[in-house]
Amino acid sequence: MGDSQYSFSLTTFSPSGKLVQIEHALTAVGSGQTSLGIKAANGVVIATEKKLPSILVDETSVQKIQSLTPNIGVVYSIANLYSLCSGMGPDSRVLIRKSRKQAEQYYRLYKEPIPVTQLVRETATVMQEFTQSGGVRPFGVSLLVAGFDDKGPQLYQVDPSGSYFSWKASAMGKNVSNAKTFLEKRYTDDMELDDAVHTAILTLKEGFEGQISSKNIEIGVIGSDKIFKVLTPSEIDDYLQEVE
Amino acid sequence: MSVKLQIFEYNGSALVAMVGKNCFAIASDRRLGVQLQTVATDFQRIFKIHGKLFIGLSGLASDAQTLYQRLVFRHKLYELREERDMKPETFASLVSAILYEKRFGPYFIQPVIAGLGDEDKPFICTMDSIGAKELAKDFVVAGTASESLYGACESMFKPDMEAEELFETISQALLSSVDRDCLSGWGGHVYLVTPTEVTEKILKGRMD
Repeated sequence: MGDSQYSFSLTTFSPSGKLVQIEHALTAVGSGQTSLGIKAANGVVIATEKKLPSILVDETSVQKIQSLTPNIGVVYSIANLYSLCSGMGPDSRVLIRKSRKQAEQYYRLYKEPIPVTQLVRETATVMQEFTQSGGVRPFGVSLLVAGFDDKGPQLYQVDPSGSYFSWKASAMGKNVSNAKTFLEKRYTDDMELDDAVHTAILTLKEGFEGQISSKNIEIGVIGSDKIFKVLTPSEIDDYLQEVE
Repeated sequence: MSVKLQIFEYNGSALVAMVGKNCFAIASDRRLGVQLQTVATDFQRIFKIHGKLFIGLSGLASDAQTLYQRLVFRHKLYELREERDMKPETFASLVSAILYEKRFGPYFIQPVIAGLGDEDKPFICTMDSIGAKELAKDFVVAGTASESLYGACESMFKPDMEAEELFETISQALLSSVDRDCLSGWGGHVYLVTPTEVTEKILKGRMD
């Protein structure tokens, strides 16, 4: 295919109508650690694998799930662990920083917390700008954004291209097709938040290499109290025991 | 004989908003002057932002019109992006932010904002020319006749008035106050807003 001749510049379309750099970015995301999100009737849960390169790494210092505002949280999917050095994990830090700033600017203007859709749109706009500007490259992360506002619980995925999708349940990274099939079977519209957490754990377990434990997964939830929080390892242990 | 230029008194204005039972009323005078000369007797000071949100702008008329255009612009974009109307409290925060942007070269206006918020709860507020918000549960006033308006409202206001009584009260308060102010008057313009309808009435007062 003549596409490879067009992969040098991210702002040049290939003959097949693709922006090859973005395709590469999506591939990078697709080979990363699995993360997933499930929207329940009364909340949203997001979860991810947390595979560390060595047992010597202090796992409490690694946090893939972060909050953007008190009522919106995010998890990202990166290529692989070596990319922590080559610029992907840090990509997510830049996006999180920009999103937090946008949320605060909105609050400063309107004295109202930013609705989830607006924050997702602004974040996606930032990612799109990096696909159409000179001298920059696309972000190497996809984000799963979970939030709860006046419109209820919401789950969004934002890609390096700048497209965003609203999901009832979704997965990204390795093992995504198995995970999505599993979620399709298990998802119901009237699921409670606790059921959603159990389902999330079971979905992660499906493709997990090795023994799942509270040290190698991360879970974030937001309920009808509209406060996003990352579960502590002991809370994760409780859920794991219920699942066994 | 030359009059010292008081920029907030250049055009003359009177504005008042009052809270009733699940409704609000906002009223203004109709005079537009250039210091002591009357130039128009049908000048509009109260503008609709959306069905349940009104803003009155007292002070320099050209700033009032310009600011109104900017606010309508912002609200239209907000409506398109967020697919909902702005709540009155949110709108008040926006106006305050826009006024403070011009802190060292301000708009010479004093806004009065009135609307029905969540669950149709009436909301009124005013602010100074650089955006210091003043919320009130009963009434807010602005303009050259504001001192008389304060007195009239304070004595005539009762909480939880129904729409008709609220209309009577705000009209009497406005007309009696502008009669004591040479720069405002030439009739009145009253908007009465309930969750179901908006009534607009012109008042005939002393035309002088």
